[in-house]
Amino acid sequence: MLRGKGRRISFFDEMTSQEGGTRSPYRDYCGWFEAEDVARIQRKAQQAEALFRTTGITFNVYGASDADERLIPFDVVPRIISASEWRRLSRGIEQRVRALNAFLHDIYHRQEILRAGRVPTELIAGNEAFLPMMMGLDPPGGIYTHISGTDIVRTGANEFYVLEDNARTPSGVSYMLENRETMLQMFPELFAKVPVREVSDYPINLLKSLAACAPPACGGTPTVAVLTPGIHNSAYYEHSFLADHMGAELVEGHDLRVVDGRVAMRTTQGYKAIDVIYRRVDDDFLDPLNFRPDSMLGVPGIWDVYRAGGITIANAPGTGIADDKALYSYMPDIIEFYTGEKALLPNVPTWRCSEPEHLREVLDRLPELVVKEVHGSGGYGMLVGPAASKKELAAFRAKLEANPGNYIAQPTLSLSTVPIFTKKGLAPRHVDLRPFVLMSPQGITITPGGLTRVAMTKGSLVVNSSQGGGTKDTWVLED
Amino acid sequence: MLGKTAGSLFWMARYLERSENNARLIDAGFRIALTRSSTAAAEWKSVLVTAGVNQAFQAAHGDYSSARVIDFLLRDPANPSSILSVIKQARDNARTARTALTRETWEAVNTSWMTLVALLKRPVREDDLPDVLTTIRQQSAQVRGALNGTMLRNDGYHFALLGTFLERADNTARILDVKYYLLLPSVAHIGTSIDNVQWETILRSVSAHRAYRWLYGAEISALKIAEFLILYRQMPRSLTFCSERMENHLNELQRLYGEEIEARRMAHALVHEKLDAPIQSIFDGGLHQYVTGFLRDTAALARQVERDYRFVE
Repeated sequence: MLRGKGRRISFFDEMTSQEGGTRSPYRDYCGWFEAEDVARIQRKAQQAEALFRTTGITFNVYGASDADERLIPFDVVPRIISASEWRRLSRGIEQRVRALNAFLHDIYHRQEILRAGRVPTELIAGNEAFLPMMMGLDPPGGIYTHISGTDIVRTGANEFYVLEDNARTPSGVSYMLENRETMLQMFPELFAKVPVREVSDYPINLLKSLAACAPPACGGTPTVAVLTPGIHNSAYYEHSFLADHMGAELVEGHDLRVVDGRVAMRTTQGYKAIDVIYRRVDDDFLDPLNFRPDSMLGVPGIWDVYRAGGITIANAPGTGIADDKALYSYMPDIIEFYTGEKALLPNVPTWRCSEPEHLREVLDRLPELVVKEVHGSGGYGMLVGPAASKKELAAFRAKLEANPGNYIAQPTLSLSTVPIFTKKGLAPRHVDLRPFVLMSPQGITITPGGLTRVAMTKGSLVVNSSQGGGTKDTWVLED
Repeated sequence: MLGKTAGSLFWMARYLERSENNARLIDAGFRIALTRSSTAAAEWKSVLVTAGVNQAFQAAHGDYSSARVIDFLLRDPANPSSILSVIKQARDNARTARTALTRETWEAVNTSWMTLVALLKRPVREDDLPDVLTTIRQQSAQVRGALNGTMLRNDGYHFALLGTFLERADNTARILDVKYYLLLPSVAHIGTSIDNVQWETILRSVSAHRAYRWLYGAEISALKIAEFLILYRQMPRSLTFCSERMENHLNELQRLYGEEIEARRMAHALVHEKLDAPIQSIFDGGLHQYVTGFLRDTAALARQVERDYRFVE
């Protein structure tokens, strides 16, 4: 039980049960921890930070000039998920990603779901991420969401919710991998005591999955490249990490041009065709000839090559509509529509402020709700009612009234906690989870675990790294 | 390999070499400034000219006080050749070429950058200067060690080494270009203490004063110094040594790619025509002209490498 703002709020702690005992997934770990010297762990935690700095796993925060490169805080206490919990989660995630891909295919083809009236047409037509140019186009292998991240929160022993879907360009997978690498270096003996499932095959799975989506024009072994906006992008570390671990070239727009109907990269020996491009550049910037003319990040003419089956773009252009938070509220219907099954993982109840009754209720209950922009990400532009001042609430109320369609609201969830290591010992902090999902015609691969983000500040519910959140290694136990 | 990546490796290595060379130049200048204050300003000016930043310094500061020159050379963000600017450029290039570097090499570059940024946060006191310069050279050595010890001998390695030797040749030639008059027979008052100190400074700025002693004994002469710095094949900073290494790395690249390239032909000509001459004939033809010609040739070679291997579009 934690005290927050004078009220007693009960949170589900993943390590310690309500009765005070250690929950079973954490038993082996806690056994090890209790026998450990706290000073030694303290030292290791400092080493970890030095390790991250040397490796250069840094993060640029937009608009913060003095904090040019920052480290995301890393906590040495792992977040542990049992084999049976994971089975349940991964089934739900797989169902959801399958439905999303089917939905995207439908939206860019016959739009059955709109005709059936299960999703309002305005939601698609008015969606900035909707790309009319994708209509009728068949991406190689029928895959739109090659890589996705499904954000999951937990509120109780058996209560998991999907908080949002990230199909545009989900980031964080390099942290998942580096966190494990760091834990293995710091506490090798732990991994002999606790049977933890591997995550290190993610880059190889990513390569296989991308190669399996090679376009018709590809002859022989597909050439895969990662497209980055460059070294000043906040996720550049991840781009170079993934390219390096896949053995793929890391390209920027100015390395590429269209040669003989293919997208080709300028090598020391001339231009060489690329078959699959894992782009970490938004749709708008992909092709200055067909999208934003001022974009320096893309490749003039890539769109025409794409249309003609000369290249696979992952994720497919136009996939970003799936990240829309207003659309999110329809996900249970979407899943049912395409799979014929009920959603295995529930959504968080969501008020769509575009609807007058919903808006009225949201305004009435603002101090207890979380309000998000429908196209927002990274924790920017959101209101956490219980943590907001009167002034902030009033300001947000005005924004809501001015442009209700831009917002959705959700109850403030009592996110589960997992302890972090502090100078004074273990202290519970709120967490969420982003598992990473790969999809190809050969199937769906979900790396066991994912990225656990943790709010490092006591009582805070905001886990985004841009807002001071940290990360933890995530363990899925073997059966 | 991407042309951009090859270019980034080449420039990463050039900047790392430049940081080390500039540390040497500062060291040599500082020694003169300490021991012979009357000639300090002239010496600092020649250091700035050698580093190619005298005009920038003049525009910003004017007079050559030791403290100002040292700060300009070590820390000034407005000076593109300051140690801080150069190490940042080296790291940016390493980040761009990250996928072509081993983890050890990348971490050595990144650690250098972190160490130097911390070390040069505030102006360096004269007492601390020798330590700071030592650290700069040590950081450079660590990167070189990681590169040598862990990198595959593939195209990327050859591009990096090509950059190293091109920068080094350029640096030694610039020192000769600025100091050539000290080596001319007409002004060489053999045996006077003034010249001995000046000559030692030249040797010191390529960290070769001891090597020279071992090789030539106590006899310091302009001709021998020039021979040592230009033609001596065992001296790792001589024009001949650096040029032979460049030719060698270009040969390897040509073999790897199976493609005849112009840059290799130019390097070959540098080694087998330009540098294949006795020192006396170089003096007879005019030392200054010779060195200027060498600088022109290496600059042309650098541009040709950039074209041949498609560093930019």
